[in-house]
Amino acid sequence: MSTQAIAIENAKTGEVSEAVYEHPFIVRLCHWVNAVALFVMIGSGLQIFRAFPSFGAKIPQKDLFNWPESFAIGGWLGGALQWHLTFMWIYIATGLVYIGYEIFSGNYKQVLFVRRDLPGVWPMARYYFFFGPKPPVREAYNPLQKHAYTSAIGLGVLSVATGFAVWKPVQFSWLAWTMGGFHWARLWHFLIMWAILAFVFVHLVMVVLHGWNNFVSMLTGWKKDPDLSK
Amino acid sequence: MNSRISDKQFKRVSRRELLKMTPVLALGAFAIPTLQKPLLKAGLGFSDWASARMFRTGHLAPTFADAELTPFDKFPINGYDVADPGVDFDRWNLTVTGDVQKPGDYTLAQIRTLPTFNENTRHVCVEGWDVIGNFGGVHLSDFLKMIGADTKARFVYVECADDYYETLDMATALHPQTMLCFEMYGQPLTRKHGAPLRLTIPTKVGYKQAKYLTDLKVTNVVQRVGYWEDQGYSYFYGL
Repeated sequence: MSTQAIAIENAKTGEVSEAVYEHPFIVRLCHWVNAVALFVMIGSGLQIFRAFPSFGAKIPQKDLFNWPESFAIGGWLGGALQWHLTFMWIYIATGLVYIGYEIFSGNYKQVLFVRRDLPGVWPMARYYFFFGPKPPVREAYNPLQKHAYTSAIGLGVLSVATGFAVWKPVQFSWLAWTMGGFHWARLWHFLIMWAILAFVFVHLVMVVLHGWNNFVSMLTGWKKDPDLSK
Repeated sequence: MNSRISDKQFKRVSRRELLKMTPVLALGAFAIPTLQKPLLKAGLGFSDWASARMFRTGHLAPTFADAELTPFDKFPINGYDVADPGVDFDRWNLTVTGDVQKPGDYTLAQIRTLPTFNENTRHVCVEGWDVIGNFGGVHLSDFLKMIGADTKARFVYVECADDYYETLDMATALHPQTMLCFEMYGQPLTRKHGAPLRLTIPTKVGYKQAKYLTDLKVTNVVQRVGYWEDQGYSYFYGL
């Protein structure tokens, strides 16, 4: 374990508790900037979708569904594009800084789902869905967590790749081609957004379930009373 | 256990680490009404700057087989105010001004003396839909040569019979697929599609491809950029 641990002694009672440094500064910074950027990208993306809420022909146009304007950002197509084309750079930048940091610091070992994590997936899933005992915790993230985070990072990369295929289907014609051309790239871009939203939903549920100390650790880096020994 | 500290010390450490997150609050500037507009304008400007750098003059937009064409009656007609500005074809000409050696009025017959070409290309609308159409006309680059345009100028600015207007960067104007279009699907351009002359630019989004052209100016300065751009759309929007 590379994670730094300390003992905290209560000055009055002498009680000793434990804390581990789980989230390095760069990771926390990228997490929150990315959270804001993702919020804006999805909100403005849905407003852009409102301009042509279909993946079929223009004539005749069959709308998939009408996404409510009050749950979108930008007010109109031009406004939404301004938000989208501004925050995409912030979104990409945080992604690059994060991935770069993970690789060069070695911190990726905490997050990256590898073959060794495979046997732990089923016991953890059984525990999460209330029909199995809690597997022993050995690392900061359990195998399912690693799987979720690794997938989320992959989805992030795909969201940018499909986005570029939609934005620049001529300059990146080879990229659009791998997705079946502009028309399909637009659908992939949309589907990946829903996959990311699904991750965010589960992520937020887990944050609530894991309580305050876990939440604070993404702000300060330090997690009090970690669950490592149990 | 590496070390032992008091709970007070731990609180201090936690607070310091929390304060290191304050740069995130800078994003709140986007929520301040007076800052929002200039910030988004800067963001869009940066995207346009990056787009111009990504544009490759020799890179061609994909072309398609006839079987992939969207049927002519399924090719959308986007006008912004009138469906047909009622151009008098007999008296129509393209008025050329600006940094050119041969300014003046050019008839369609004069334009048609240039080598013609014909392509199936994708038309992408900013709204998100796309169609594949067949377009015929002449290379804008040939016409710029014909009028003796200074191709070191920054812009080709056009005005239209329906009061639409657009500004093209010179690199795109000189691109081999940028077309002064007078034919669609082998037929003369119809009034609804912008007759007698329109721009067809497979490397640009739809709203850059102005219809009902009446004026063309080669210039380094534009008073206004484009009908949609002046309302907040991207200026470059290269595909």
